[in-house]
Amino acid sequence: MPDKPKLAFYWCASCGGCEESVVDLAEDILFVVDNVDIIFWPVAMDFKKSDVEKYADGEIVASLINGAIRTSEQQEMVQLLRRKSKVVIAHGACAQYGGIPGLANEFQKEEILKWVYEESPSIINEEKVRPQLKYKVNGSEVFLPELWNVVRPLDKVIDVDYYIPGCPPSPKLLKEAVLVLLSGNLPPKGTVLAPDIALCDECPRKDTKPTDLAFTEFLRPNLHIIDPEKCILSQGFVCMGPATRSGCGALCVNGNMPCTGCYGPTSRVKDQGAKILSSIASNVSAKTEKEIDAVLNGIPDPVGTFYRYSLAGSILRKKVNI
Amino acid sequence: MSSTNGKIKIGFYICHCGTNIAGIIDVQKVVDYAATLPNVVVSKHYKYMCSDPGQEMIQKDIKDNELNRVVVAACSPLLHERTFRNATSQAGLNQFYFQMVNTREQNAWVHLDPEASTDKAMDLVRSAVNRVAFHKPLEKKTVPIKPDVLVVGGGIAGIHASLTLANAGKKVYLVERDPTIGGHMAMFDKTFPTLDCAACILTPKMSAVKNHPNITMWTYSEVVSVDGYVGNFQVKVKRKPRYIIDDLCVGCLDCIEACVYKEPRFFDEFNQGLSKRKPVYMPFPQATPQLVVIDPETCIWFKTGKCKQTCVEVCDRKAVDLNQQPTYKEIEVGTIIVATGFQPFDAKKVYYYGYGTYPNVYTALEVERLINASGPTSGEVVMRDGSRPKSIAIVHCVGSRDKNTNLWCSRVCCLYSLKLAHLLKEHTHANIYNFYIDIRTPGKMMDEFYTRISEEGVKFIRGRVADIYPDTNDEEHRRLIVKAEDTLISEIIKVPVDMVVLSTGLVPRDDAQDVRRMLNISCSTEGFFIERHPKLAPVNTFTDGIFLAGCCQGPKDIPDTVAQAGAAAAEALALIDLGYIELEPNTAFIVEEECSGCKSCVPLCPYTAISYDEVKKKASINEALCKGCGTCVASCPSGSIKQNLFEDEEIYSEIDGILNYKMEEALC
Repeated sequence: MPDKPKLAFYWCASCGGCEESVVDLAEDILFVVDNVDIIFWPVAMDFKKSDVEKYADGEIVASLINGAIRTSEQQEMVQLLRRKSKVVIAHGACAQYGGIPGLANEFQKEEILKWVYEESPSIINEEKVRPQLKYKVNGSEVFLPELWNVVRPLDKVIDVDYYIPGCPPSPKLLKEAVLVLLSGNLPPKGTVLAPDIALCDECPRKDTKPTDLAFTEFLRPNLHIIDPEKCILSQGFVCMGPATRSGCGALCVNGNMPCTGCYGPTSRVKDQGAKILSSIASNVSAKTEKEIDAVLNGIPDPVGTFYRYSLAGSILRKKVNI
Repeated sequence: MSSTNGKIKIGFYICHCGTNIAGIIDVQKVVDYAATLPNVVVSKHYKYMCSDPGQEMIQKDIKDNELNRVVVAACSPLLHERTFRNATSQAGLNQFYFQMVNTREQNAWVHLDPEASTDKAMDLVRSAVNRVAFHKPLEKKTVPIKPDVLVVGGGIAGIHASLTLANAGKKVYLVERDPTIGGHMAMFDKTFPTLDCAACILTPKMSAVKNHPNITMWTYSEVVSVDGYVGNFQVKVKRKPRYIIDDLCVGCLDCIEACVYKEPRFFDEFNQGLSKRKPVYMPFPQATPQLVVIDPETCIWFKTGKCKQTCVEVCDRKAVDLNQQPTYKEIEVGTIIVATGFQPFDAKKVYYYGYGTYPNVYTALEVERLINASGPTSGEVVMRDGSRPKSIAIVHCVGSRDKNTNLWCSRVCCLYSLKLAHLLKEHTHANIYNFYIDIRTPGKMMDEFYTRISEEGVKFIRGRVADIYPDTNDEEHRRLIVKAEDTLISEIIKVPVDMVVLSTGLVPRDDAQDVRRMLNISCSTEGFFIERHPKLAPVNTFTDGIFLAGCCQGPKDIPDTVAQAGAAAAEALALIDLGYIELEPNTAFIVEEECSGCKSCVPLCPYTAISYDEVKKKASINEALCKGCGTCVASCPSGSIKQNLFEDEEIYSEIDGILNYKMEEALC
């Protein structure tokens, strides 16, 4: 069927979880395959860059790109896909906000390379060999992609039409996104293809949340038992639910773990971390500096807690020289 | 406006403010620049934008060019935002389609570099032009004003303001920290320049306050907290225990007679320590209210828990209650008049004048008591050593006009020094020397008073006193030498005198900063409360509904204090009689379909304006209670609370404008 719309998947700085979310469509994948031609999907199918290059500009109906952008190769590939595609969808938290790889923006590029190739306890590298961008072997030259100074979300590199949030996105959201694409009835550019209301709205424990949280301490899930009935935030565990888009069906809460914020903020919020910080800080009951410090000691890694998925896309200044 | 087809059309104007702005900022350059900004269709400058022609120019442009936004770069919004909002609305536009840029107070007046000031003006203009595009039409809301007034401080300022308001039919709460009202004026003997007796003109007013049906007078009380805003202040007043039941005490003084201390032996505050009092005492004979007070710092019962309690026994009305506890009153008022007064400069700080070291060095306030007919010596000028002075030096400007103490002129010292010179001469026939820097006697009948006193034989020596020390030639070691340079003859002179009077200046009260913070008003650098504008709003503060009267705002004499108290009362009356106040429509609101019902905002509202709807499972804001503080807006984790005039796009566009680049681009 030559007229089936063409679809591409690509991955950048990511763990592969988003690819897994495609596989998680289970039998629904058959519906997708019936209706589209998957013309590029490096994780599952053997196509090359040159296969993509041969399409006319805009010939691909949609590219779903997951992962953040850290290397020259990733940048080159997404720029190519952008040119060839009508619609580009940032697929998952890394493409949308930088995700977990975005936490690397807490460190300088040199700090990272030094750790990975020299200082990490599992490394033996007495000559301190570092990967080179170019290397001549047997008369021919081989190349490695260049590592950029910072991790960037996809829309800081190319124009992005839509976003599917999540780490990874739920198969339900992915399926709905594909349906929207196929329907041709496209939402306004920039839309995040998920509900635009915070997670508390669909949280099964919503009714158990007290009106006045008045935090006296913060607890960590690895050190304390979480009551399986009560609002997790009210128990003193940082739950990102109030500052995070719904659409996952409160998966983590149903697994008795706090929301970590992977669906990102609502459309009304520019900086998810800053928002939850100002909300939680406002609700700390301590009033003196000393008491406040004691309460905040319960959050040893604020960046990793509040900006776990959104650091690269946040308005925080980076430590690196851009 | 429908005729603009939804397009934003901005008119931009920059005011020269004479040369205030145009003297440093290149207004033509700003105008040319503004014309290049997005959506700007008119860009002009004018000498005085606030004048009628300036306002008419805006209105004409709105009509001719179908403008739907207006930006004016001029002075502070505090001064003329209302003017330009009115001009905008009179041309048929919603007044909130206007945005003001402060190019005077925050730019031209504080910078010296014309080029940098002009650049800054362009940054600010770009910011405002960005922002105004996002403005929405809003309506001001009105809320009723509570008619009751709080007057803080019961000196002559507080007394006069209270009586003025009470006579106009308003209910007044007068709160005084001391056991009696009257303040410093009650301590004075006579008043300049008329030399009428302070008590004769003050005590009838004190009594009128006490008896006025519209005045609730709480003495020995302090305001401990003030919440709310103009028209609706919630005030908490602490009534300190007097250990006397107000309603039962008739001021018979039997308890004082019966006190186990047979002789008075404690520092008498009212007489500046020139006499002694008992632990149970009446501050002074005309104290208002006529209630005794027990001082727990000196009463043996409070200090040791052992006393025969003869005061309790003797009172047949059972008015003495040694178990009394502080009580708290909560009141709601619409306006507040602050009349907390001053304190005299501590003469010990100018150590070389020997106050506290040489017994015959007195402060002016002590001399007021010494020459007062109802004072500790019944008006006889008998010094601490029992002698009577035959020569007296009056030293002006103690703690005033001196870079080592205070820079300001305390305004009243020259005149009260002249008055004391006259009274001391009258009482002692002594030789009197006034050591002055300049004689400052402005005001009605004041210089005539100076002439009169100089003709009475009082001597004037122009020179700041350098030193005061005992005269070694005096065998009794009483006489003091006053050393100064007589600058009229350029000679150092040393004048032997029996008594020295230090004309101490007026300084802010020690706790003025605490009062300032509690009331959310401001102080100028020296610590006196600052008026909103020295000429246009001399009794207003920067907090609407709070007014200033008397020396808490700066040193002044009694006529000026009373005039200011009257003005403060009139300002309060103007608000009360209008009946309502207009509030900025900067209230917050929750977009219901966006609220996830996380309840984070509910406990944060200082005005309890947010409630949680258990049926809808959403929060909502009662607009009538919202004061626009923005706390909930900042804290809403899903960005579902918005605030009029401060919506995110308004603030972000303003920041983008100031920084001249897009935030996203800067970070990548």
